[in-house]
Amino acid sequence: MYAAAFDYLRASSWTEAVERLRELGDDAHVIAGGQSLVPMMILHFAAPSALIDIGSVEERTIELAGDTLALSALVRHVDLEHSDVVAEHAPMLTQAARQIGNVRVRQRGTIGGSLAHGEPAAELPCVLIAHGASVHALGPDGERRIAVNDLPIMQLVTSLGEGELITRVEVPTLTNGQGSCFIEMARRPGDFAMVNVAAIVTCDDGGTCTAARLALGAVGGRPVDASSAAGALTGHAIDEESSEAVGRAVAAEAQVTPSSHASAEYRREMVGVLVARALRGAAADAERRRNGERAAAAG
Amino acid sequence: MSATAAHTINVTINGRRTELRVSPNLSLLELLRTEAGGPEVKLGCGEGVCGTCTVLLDGEPVNSCLMFAVQADGCGITTVRGLAADGELHDLQQAFLDHAGSQCGFCTPGMLLTAKWYLDRHPDADREELRRAIAGNLCRCTGYTKILDSIEAYRDLPQDADGD
Repeated sequence: MYAAAFDYLRASSWTEAVERLRELGDDAHVIAGGQSLVPMMILHFAAPSALIDIGSVEERTIELAGDTLALSALVRHVDLEHSDVVAEHAPMLTQAARQIGNVRVRQRGTIGGSLAHGEPAAELPCVLIAHGASVHALGPDGERRIAVNDLPIMQLVTSLGEGELITRVEVPTLTNGQGSCFIEMARRPGDFAMVNVAAIVTCDDGGTCTAARLALGAVGGRPVDASSAAGALTGHAIDEESSEAVGRAVAAEAQVTPSSHASAEYRREMVGVLVARALRGAAADAERRRNGERAAAAG
Repeated sequence: MSATAAHTINVTINGRRTELRVSPNLSLLELLRTEAGGPEVKLGCGEGVCGTCTVLLDGEPVNSCLMFAVQADGCGITTVRGLAADGELHDLQQAFLDHAGSQCGFCTPGMLLTAKWYLDRHPDADREELRRAIAGNLCRCTGYTKILDSIEAYRDLPQDADGD
């Protein structure tokens, strides 16, 4: 149960963390919440020569600026669970955060860590892809912006460059006429997901769909954007028939791998069921939000 | 700096401030069990899943198996021993005794600390909410029913009965 020996230092800024990573080279690793990295170290899947603790380089800020929710990469799952701003403007982040691991993992784990870890069953990357979110990454060559959809490559592999850190996450918020729904299927609370589905739909006042976005997680080597199959909903009401047709189309196209918890066939079947359910859930949410806006305008 | 230079940390364990020298790869759990505390902190799965090693770090529940002691520098830590003031059982501990909420006892420290933390923040939590709060604490004896009975009995005590 002992991790291999390593050196430990605390960075006081993002810039210092990047600088230290460059000095210490390949074998050094940053640590924030440590809820994925430390188990890997204890199991000796990872043996960094040094840990650079970035846990206190900045405040865990959650800020709304126009139609964008800007989150420090250090925002913890527990912060997402309890933030009113998040619950109102990107409620799938709240729904997803509540289902991560257990209370102790949520207390320490961070949104940046979840994205950088690259676990395909992770909840937050799936939700963030549906939102069309992006991250700011800081590395030895400076800062760049990466779409969350361009981050994961395969299990535990991301497109982050050597010595590059996620510092900030920017999430386009739900706007007028939009509603969302996140569904995770797992054997027990806290287990790894067997399927994750995140849906955002835009509906007009009559309930006709004008746009739909879908993301799938926990089905293959990385979470994926499955919005193209949802295009068929445009111009239609999101009812049982139309949502199930999209569910079948997404399931047919999805790259699905088996896991120790579920066969590929079962997962594919569940993708179809849960996509349909998430689309209807998002449509109901859109209607709720529309009614809420109307009531607020009238009041 | 050598590859595994020891660090000096200051931690307050159950109200007592201590200065300790630790290797970076010493887990908080191991520190608490050996050098700094007592065997009341249990090692279960060692991977953050079972919850028996739960301690409160600055009042919030953490997996002491998934933290290195060096990360806790400057923090306050409460183990289950910290619940009992001056040798008197905490009302929650008494409720576990009264309602048979502890059988083999291995999960009990984590259950007590998680329940205490949750009820401090959500004093009116219903059974379903309590069930969710302890969902990450595994018990292989009781089937959870008596644990929930115990936590509910504590919740339903008159408010001023709890000294803290």
